[in-house]
Amino acid sequence: MPTNVQAAETQAVGQRAWVWPAFAAPGLIWLALLFLVPFYAVIAVAMGDLDPIFLKPVPEWNPLQWDPSSFGRVLAGIFGGQLGRIAARTIVYVAVASLLCVIIGYPVAYFVARRVQKHKGLWLTGLLAPFWINYLMRMLAWVNLLGPDGWVNRFVEAIGFAPQDWLGGRHEVVILGLVYGYLPFFILPLYASLDRMDKQVLEAARDLGASPVQSFLRVTLPMSKQGILAGVVLIMLPMFGDYYTPNLLSGSPRTRMIGNQIDQFINQTSSQGGDGAALTIVLMVAIAVLMLYYLLNIQKVTKEARE
Amino acid sequence: MKAWFANPWGKPRWLRVITIAYLVWSLLPVLIAVQFSFNAGRSRSTWQGFSLRWYLDDPASVARDDSLILALQQSLRLAALTMLVATPIGVALAIGLARWRGRGARPAGFLMLVPLVTPEIVMGVALFLVFANLYDFVPFGTGTQLLGHVTFAISFVVIIVRGRLFAIGRDYEEAAMDLGASPWESLRRVLLPLLAPAIFSSFAIVFAISIDDFVISQFLAGGASSITIPVRLYSGARVAPPPSLNALASLLLLATLSAVTIAALILRKFGRQEGSGDSAAAALTRIEI
Repeated sequence: MPTNVQAAETQAVGQRAWVWPAFAAPGLIWLALLFLVPFYAVIAVAMGDLDPIFLKPVPEWNPLQWDPSSFGRVLAGIFGGQLGRIAARTIVYVAVASLLCVIIGYPVAYFVARRVQKHKGLWLTGLLAPFWINYLMRMLAWVNLLGPDGWVNRFVEAIGFAPQDWLGGRHEVVILGLVYGYLPFFILPLYASLDRMDKQVLEAARDLGASPVQSFLRVTLPMSKQGILAGVVLIMLPMFGDYYTPNLLSGSPRTRMIGNQIDQFINQTSSQGGDGAALTIVLMVAIAVLMLYYLLNIQKVTKEARE
Repeated sequence: MKAWFANPWGKPRWLRVITIAYLVWSLLPVLIAVQFSFNAGRSRSTWQGFSLRWYLDDPASVARDDSLILALQQSLRLAALTMLVATPIGVALAIGLARWRGRGARPAGFLMLVPLVTPEIVMGVALFLVFANLYDFVPFGTGTQLLGHVTFAISFVVIIVRGRLFAIGRDYEEAAMDLGASPWESLRRVLLPLLAPAIFSSFAIVFAISIDDFVISQFLAGGASSITIPVRLYSGARVAPPPSLNALASLLLLATLSAVTIAALILRKFGRQEGSGDSAAAALTRIEI
């Protein structure tokens, strides 16, 4: 049998060099064909022409013949046209909704991470549950409540006001939807960072004479800055691409976001596919900083886990 | 309780009040939506008694309205297929990336992470345009939806599995090879059994994220037969839908929660042994924390 062992060992050494890349290969090829190539297709469509007969965008695969006129139109629209107002509105919605998420989410994450002693699992389940309730179902629930004869209008009437058309294009309703939809995604990373924090530092602060308020402001809050940042980035990324929340809760052009514009260019008016592709790229470039921050964060965590 | 009435705004009380208010606000609307799926009447806001009418009997119920049946079938089929395709590819990718130390390893790891941080609309547009213009031999429908779902699911599998891989380390495999096992044998008889809980929970998580997806399913749908439940909820929500739409949403909720519960139970049973709880928690919350 010794020959067998020897053979196995030489085989093992010989295989090491390529065996692991070979394991990774199917997944990497898949991602190359269905993640990288599609991105190239977006650029090719954005840089392509319009078929004059079928009014369909024709992609231009050769970089030497790229025609950036779609980008020209989209950028001109953003700086001084209708698109600019939509972009500004998107930024305001996302900023206000993120701020509200921090204000509501911080006390909740803090309470569950620090103050809960009994039944912590139950509280955590409550925080986790919205993750696995379909986003569209959560919006549908609000459509029911905010409808003409919904519970919100009944409450409003009961306290003596006139019922409102809540779903007719109100900024505050769309922002409520965004906060409702994405707040759970903010709370969780923050909870994790508060939960991981070294309790001895807090004890030291208290031993050195800090009041509870001081120890919160000067120890806990600075130490949870990373968690807040991670949570905000995590919710801002999908919010910038959201189109279903404004569509379901308002549907009016008054509350249109960048995502709605892309959805319309791509799914509804096929002749504007080129503009849709260009706008998608502009959106990606605009939020690239957020994506990169989040990516580096994941890589850091991975590295720590590996060591 | 007495102390609370005496001074409701005393030290940590207000934190508890805010948290309870938040939980009620975040869960109650959904519970009301589920409740009205059992309404005996047509209203989604006036309770007229309990019945299964919107699940079974009414011509517009989930069991009898063709568009709702199709959506239910399509969602289940797509989630099952995605689970079966994405999990093996993701497991192999996780093993490969964790062990590979060559020059290509870093960019490969990077490529695996990018889908996790890409907004869904960007991925939806990209996949739509590539299937419309380059891969036009795949007609829009279940095929394109499956390819799209697997693309975003692979990264989740890698995240779940590699957490466990890091925890296991390489000692067991090397011991097996020192004892004469070929690399293939050590993989099959040592590593894969150790990875089993992570693999099974990956199946469940992928099922859940696939059945839950809306954006990719919508961009890659092709006609009535490939409408999934979330797409159906989206198109039906604004046009005064009957409670059967609530019933369909409740069934979706049931499917997702069952899958996640299974994943959580598996991870709870096995996860503690090797300390991979962190990545399991991250997987359950769909994020890397």
